Amino acid sequence: MHFTINGQSFEAEPDIRTSLLDLCREHLGLTGSKKGCDHGQCGACTMLVNGRRINSCLSLAVMHQDDEITTIEGLGTPEDLHPLQAAFVRHDGYQCGYCTPGQICSAVGMLDEVKKGWPSHVTGDLDAPTFDDGEIAERMSGNICRCAAYPNIVDAIREVAESNGDTKIAPRQPVEAGA
Amino acid sequence: MKTFSYAKADDAETAVRDAHVSGAKYIAGGTNLLDLMKLQVETPEKLVDISRLPLGEIEEREDGGLTIGALVPNSDLAADPRVIAKYEVLSRALLAGASGQLRNKATTGGNLLQRTRCYYFYDTSTACNKREPGSGCSAIGGFNRVLAVLGTSEHCIATHPGDMPVAMRALDATIITLKADGDKRRIPIGDFYRLPGDTPQIETVLEAGELITHVELPAPPKGKQVYVKVRDRASYAFALVSIAGVVEVADGKIASAALAFGGLGPMPWRNPAVEAALVGQAPSDAVFAAAADALLADAKGYGSNDFKIPLARRVLIATLRDLTGE
Repeated sequence: MHFTINGQSFEAEPDIRTSLLDLCREHLGLTGSKKGCDHGQCGACTMLVNGRRINSCLSLAVMHQDDEITTIEGLGTPEDLHPLQAAFVRHDGYQCGYCTPGQICSAVGMLDEVKKGWPSHVTGDLDAPTFDDGEIAERMSGNICRCAAYPNIVDAIREVAESNGDTKIAPRQPVEAGA
Repeated sequence: MKTFSYAKADDAETAVRDAHVSGAKYIAGGTNLLDLMKLQVETPEKLVDISRLPLGEIEEREDGGLTIGALVPNSDLAADPRVIAKYEVLSRALLAGASGQLRNKATTGGNLLQRTRCYYFYDTSTACNKREPGSGCSAIGGFNRVLAVLGTSEHCIATHPGDMPVAMRALDATIITLKADGDKRRIPIGDFYRLPGDTPQIETVLEAGELITHVELPAPPKGKQVYVKVRDRASYAFALVSIAGVVEVADGKIASAALAFGGLGPMPWRNPAVEAALVGQAPSDAVFAAAADALLADAKGYGSNDFKIPLARRVLIATLRDLTGE
């Protein structure tokens, strides 16, 4: 099977049952993504597939041979941190660090969803989402932090969103009623 | 996880042929199926991968309705400007479900077929008639806090876990399928799910190998739309009680009402008696209480889920106040 991960090509022949997470961790040496619950409940395994955040533990590797996959290793390096990685360091957005790769990949995907104008459960007017700490908490609810570093995680994400201008969401094109 | 054979389908006709063998299942988003396969609650012998079929579009029809491809992810459906503008109850229901990561993967067709979150269904060391027909029901007499109070049987008290299907039930969606023999079928969502009776392992009217290809929404209903979900956490939790409501008030009276309920029964629940108690009446707490009486006339608690009956009553009355208020 052929895979494209962090812009690199990989060949591997994993068992058909192998999840995307286990492919990366056990076959390709990409151990940045973490296995927490292995059931899509904790978000530690979050990766970006074609730019969208997903739980890599709940996806079969064999189904991702045509996809562009990004893991935490593809976002930044110790010498050249991704802005969210730098913000997590600056704001101490972790304690043990186990959930952090998933938190950061999830936040990258989440900010892209915000940029696209996607609403959330706590959005008042679905046509015009605003961006605040309540929105960050709701949109990041698929990532659990057992150390409960949540306030600092929210600080880190808010800072990056503000510096990107992601908090200013373009209004949607209204759809005419009855059209 | 038990091993399986894998076939990737390039078109729907090939998929239904590939899946027309014993022990085959379709996989698209996989968020529910793989979870259950890891626990060996599901042990398919063959997976037919339908994730690349061209069923990912949302199209407007001339009659004012929408046709939603079965592979449209929950995220995309919730954020679609046409859905937001005309079917807000559906956007709200989708956004109330799961997490951002799961909504990016979970599909429209798969979400209709989501399995129950009954603890005993998930625990293969216990008896469960849905998982292993004839083995018994550990939930009756067990810990059943999240389980059903309507539509249960002595064999199963599982709840349907979904949010999206509850909104689709209120919107009178129609499910379009392709059968192994190539025939297409249109199934009103009200006829799609089955009560558990003595065969709780059979949850829908789908035949072996029958593939959901689209969901049709009729032209948008008149009136205000809301989705209310009461749950143990503020986010990322299944409903204890949820209500998809569409109510139109005209000349001081309720002109039309569509109300569907999650968390209460083995399927997205809708009872015409609830709507009959409302239509033609001037909104008042007495009228709302009569609607709640109609909903809960046959409700039966199993101990730890008894609280759902008064909870459903209060949530319905509060929702109707909201739907009929200024």
